[in-house]
Amino acid sequence: MTRLMLLLSLAVAGLFTLSLLVGPASIAPLDSLAGLLGGGEGPVAMVMREIRLPRALLAAMIGASLGLSGAAMQGYLRNPLAEPGLIGVSGSAALGAVIAIQSGLSAGFALGLPLMALAGALGGVLLVLALAGPRGGSITLILAGIAISAMAGALTQLVLNLSQNPFAVNEIVFWMMGSLADRSMTHLWLALPFTVIGWALLASLGRGLDALTLGEDAAEAMGIRLSRLRLTLIFGTACVVGAGTAVAGAIGFVGLVVPHLLRPWVGAQPSRLLWASALGGAAMLLAADLAVRVILPERDLKLGVLTALVGAPLFLHLIYKTRREMP
Amino acid sequence: MTLLSLRDLSVTLRDRPVFSGVTLEIGAGELVGLIGPNGAGKTTLMRAALGLLGHAGQSSLATLDPRARARAVAWMPQAREIAWPVTVEALVTLGRTPHRARRLTDADHRAVTRAIDWMGLSDMRRRTATRLSGGEQARALIARALAQDTPLVMADEPIAGLDPAHQIATMETFAGLARAGRSVLVSLHDLGLAARHCSRLILLGQGRVMADGPPGEVLTPALVAEVFGITAYQAETEHGRIFQPLEVLE
Repeated sequence: MTRLMLLLSLAVAGLFTLSLLVGPASIAPLDSLAGLLGGGEGPVAMVMREIRLPRALLAAMIGASLGLSGAAMQGYLRNPLAEPGLIGVSGSAALGAVIAIQSGLSAGFALGLPLMALAGALGGVLLVLALAGPRGGSITLILAGIAISAMAGALTQLVLNLSQNPFAVNEIVFWMMGSLADRSMTHLWLALPFTVIGWALLASLGRGLDALTLGEDAAEAMGIRLSRLRLTLIFGTACVVGAGTAVAGAIGFVGLVVPHLLRPWVGAQPSRLLWASALGGAAMLLAADLAVRVILPERDLKLGVLTALVGAPLFLHLIYKTRREMP
Repeated sequence: MTLLSLRDLSVTLRDRPVFSGVTLEIGAGELVGLIGPNGAGKTTLMRAALGLLGHAGQSSLATLDPRARARAVAWMPQAREIAWPVTVEALVTLGRTPHRARRLTDADHRAVTRAIDWMGLSDMRRRTATRLSGGEQARALIARALAQDTPLVMADEPIAGLDPAHQIATMETFAGLARAGRSVLVSLHDLGLAARHCSRLILLGQGRVMADGPPGEVLTPALVAEVFGITAYQAETEHGRIFQPLEVLE
């Protein structure tokens, strides 16, 4: 178990360093590190501190968020097909961002888009809570999440449908594919507080999720307060997914595939899967963000497109493996 | 010492009264069988007594705060759910949830090992619980409840689906707990095993407790006919009490 932690940490550290060294501005590795650490005002230091560092930090942070919230969601619902987008927060955050682009708010004010996306995420989570009720079971949460996702998706389509501004439509379509290109430290500072709060909430769920292995009734009888656990899960997921979607757009499959991949390595225990998936998610998103820069450097390949392209076949393979293990 | 005390407990689900006016006490060292036909409300009674279900009247367990209750009673639901492919040891360790601090103590490890040995699972400690047979999974879940190390164990049909040897072994495990001063409330449909192993039976039917006492006083021909609609052969033999259902009454 500790070996897995070490391995994943090394992978994150290695990919993070690599992410700092790769980019369209060809800078020698040593020069780039010197620019980052040594300070100074030259163009190399600028590129490192204003472009590559925030990009690498955001990839690690959002990847960890997606992995952690995916593991928590799967543990709570006791279903390996659950993912953080299930409660409708990413859909409603995207709707907020789309409105910001369409209304021109994002063009007039740099933080207009992420702030609108955060507002959308907040609206989404409040609606989910109102629909699912404070004490309902996991089924009502799934149904409420599906309803909110469908509604947010339909409203996003409506904006695209009625938009008379082809540039906005173009921007919306590309934004929805998810990307970490051209993000600044400001984006990081905006997302960080929500993300840290969300991490703390989700990380506290370990014992409750373990107990849920025996079902809701048995867990409750072992002293787990299920309604509080559910509330913590919803708010934690909303914080990390809302903040992630606000700065990077919708990035799918990481929250679904990473917990599934790592589950056998932690003895399938939900509490141990939490931190493993956080590290695994960070590694996967760092790798994906490296890949979009290496594969088609001139064409701005979108991060969300790549994670889905890699994630879907990987997931099919996992399903195939699961099917073979069935009696 | 009273481990469970119900006073005038009533449950109404969707405007339909399930049972009402249930008053009973369970002391130390009892193996109590909760019997009654399908739909009599055995599961509902146990869940209400635990405070997992809305109810009228009083239950001494339902008023405890969740963590204190989890140290007073271990609950084995009828659904034998094991959501993830964890090892038997990890599964049984979940029983320590209400006791443990961040790290498992020696006392936790001892309780887990004792529960595993008790249910004869020592050879399967490292095996994946979801790949065991249904009967082995049932025993692993009983071990989990034993690891919780509570004065009272409540189990909803724990022996359903087990082979005869494991049914008897499980009832004897419960009887052993009762001899050691703990108590077990167990719902079951096998009246033969109930008559033979339980020190006391509670007969639930027609929305109330129809009888409560030693097996010989509860399983009278009249009550068995009235509540279950069957006839039965009963005898006190050198092998203990024998109860064999015979025919369905028209």
